[in-house]
Amino acid sequence: MATTNSKSPKSGAARRQFIFDAAKMACGVGMLGLGLGLYAKQAKALPPLALRPPGALPENDFLGACIRCGLCVRDCPYNILELAKPETPVATGTPYFTARNLPCEMCEDIPCVKACPTTALDHQLTDINKAKMGLAVLIDHETCLNFLGLRCDVCYRVCPVIDKAITLEMVPNQRTGRHAMFLPTVHSEHCTGCGKCEKSCVLEEAAIRVLPPKLAKGELGHHYRVGWEEQKKAGHSLMDESKMIDLPDRLPEGAMLPGHYDPASGHTEPMRGMAGSEAGIIPSLPPGLGGKP
Amino acid sequence: MSGKRIGAEAVATKGWLRANKWLLLRRLSQFGILTLFLLGPLAGIWIVKGNLNYSYTLDFLPLADPYVALQSAMTGHLPEKLGLIGLAIALVFYFLVGGRVYCSWVCPVNLVTDSAGWLRDRMGIKGSVHLSRNTRYWILGMTLVGSAGTGVVLWELINPVSMLHRGLIFGLGAAWTVVVAVFFFDLFVMSRGWCGHLCPVGAFYSLLGRWSPVRVAAPQRAACNDCMDCFEVCPEPQVIRPALKGEAKGVGPVILSPNCTNCGRCIDVCSKEVFSFGLRFNNPASTAKVE
Repeated sequence: MATTNSKSPKSGAARRQFIFDAAKMACGVGMLGLGLGLYAKQAKALPPLALRPPGALPENDFLGACIRCGLCVRDCPYNILELAKPETPVATGTPYFTARNLPCEMCEDIPCVKACPTTALDHQLTDINKAKMGLAVLIDHETCLNFLGLRCDVCYRVCPVIDKAITLEMVPNQRTGRHAMFLPTVHSEHCTGCGKCEKSCVLEEAAIRVLPPKLAKGELGHHYRVGWEEQKKAGHSLMDESKMIDLPDRLPEGAMLPGHYDPASGHTEPMRGMAGSEAGIIPSLPPGLGGKP
Repeated sequence: MSGKRIGAEAVATKGWLRANKWLLLRRLSQFGILTLFLLGPLAGIWIVKGNLNYSYTLDFLPLADPYVALQSAMTGHLPEKLGLIGLAIALVFYFLVGGRVYCSWVCPVNLVTDSAGWLRDRMGIKGSVHLSRNTRYWILGMTLVGSAGTGVVLWELINPVSMLHRGLIFGLGAAWTVVVAVFFFDLFVMSRGWCGHLCPVGAFYSLLGRWSPVRVAAPQRAACNDCMDCFEVCPEPQVIRPALKGEAKGVGPVILSPNCTNCGRCIDVCSKEVFSFGLRFNNPASTAKVE
């Protein structure tokens, strides 16, 4: 529109005007694009407590694949999902749920994934137990009732993958010295991130929460090999133990570790409580006595 | 405010109903589509699920918005089978009836900007910030490049069209502020600012309808009495002149500009019945034989 016939004598001025107009547009729209791009970067920072539906691609891909149609929301029989409103700190129009409000019910036929017209929810996911919406983490050991020595167990009981995703690990209660504690322990291999545990945690603020796997999981160095697993794989120890040289363990001057077997250190008490040791079996203390200095 | 109102002459000669025929049909279409979408969430009658970005009608007919799908494709993601079918249907449909039929017959923001335009006229607001109507194409390009660059369906982060439509169906939240902003922008800042200058959705549909067969034409242009009502009422007035005043230059009477939204308002307000819907092929250089 800004250009006129380029063969006219005014073509020089017209060309200049055209370039000027184009530069104006490029700069103005470029500013808008820059703002939008930075906003997009913010939008990728999904808040930790907002969970995507089952089968959702990693957030970076999800925001490109999801077309914000809400079909997953509609086909969720329990109305768990909602589309983010502009004021929500989740990319506008994308589906999410908050486990503490309403957790995923883990339908066997996964209707939300079936309804998705894009690859945003991975249609390869056909077994809901393989979903990875997040990873439950028993995040607060100070308030969890089981960690206080009580038998709450609610998160364990409600877990749809009970005894696999959450187990109760028995450890001695050091405080009382005579009870056991049953610590809810999440196993990432089986946890689907449905959020039932977080929803049903009886505390004012849940001690167990479903977090994005990225936040919840550590990762070993790729060169790490766990000795006992390698040993199992190989069927024997990978090194010649007869040639192992036992160096003294470094301990503070004069320190003794009861029960610590370290022949090279010279700091070691005779091994107690094990077969063949001089001290024999450690007698258990009577209830309420000893245990602590 | 000066004397006559746009279309007053048409109402006098054709009667109120015929002078508002296409406007009424258009509102019927806009509200009808919105009602179909709202019947599910409000009354539990699930005829249509989803929103304008993608919908599924009677568990049979998928429809997908090609502009959103294109942005998604720019990020490297293609739809699943149903999404692809819906995309194909929408592409063919809008190619045939005119791309910007989406704007004037479907888009809910049209109701907002038409209201602003109407009020602007009623209040006699004259001043308008000047901005090229090509700005929308630049924004369109920016959203496509930006989608590829950020990996996010970029325009959907702020698109007032989907915010309003999705908001009405799934819960509005703060989306109303964006809609109000568009309304006041059109009312006080720029005449026909949003739909006519900025919206990349409309720009996309313009390009989609670049060769659409269904067009508004001015076959009776010899009868034009220069009342200017069509120019006043048209949301894209620049598209009319070549067709209406092209007789001398040997330009045919069909409005070929892809920016024409096929709203048919010019047909309504013309007391001389100059305009009508027609096909782009029926475009003789001269229409002087009439009368």
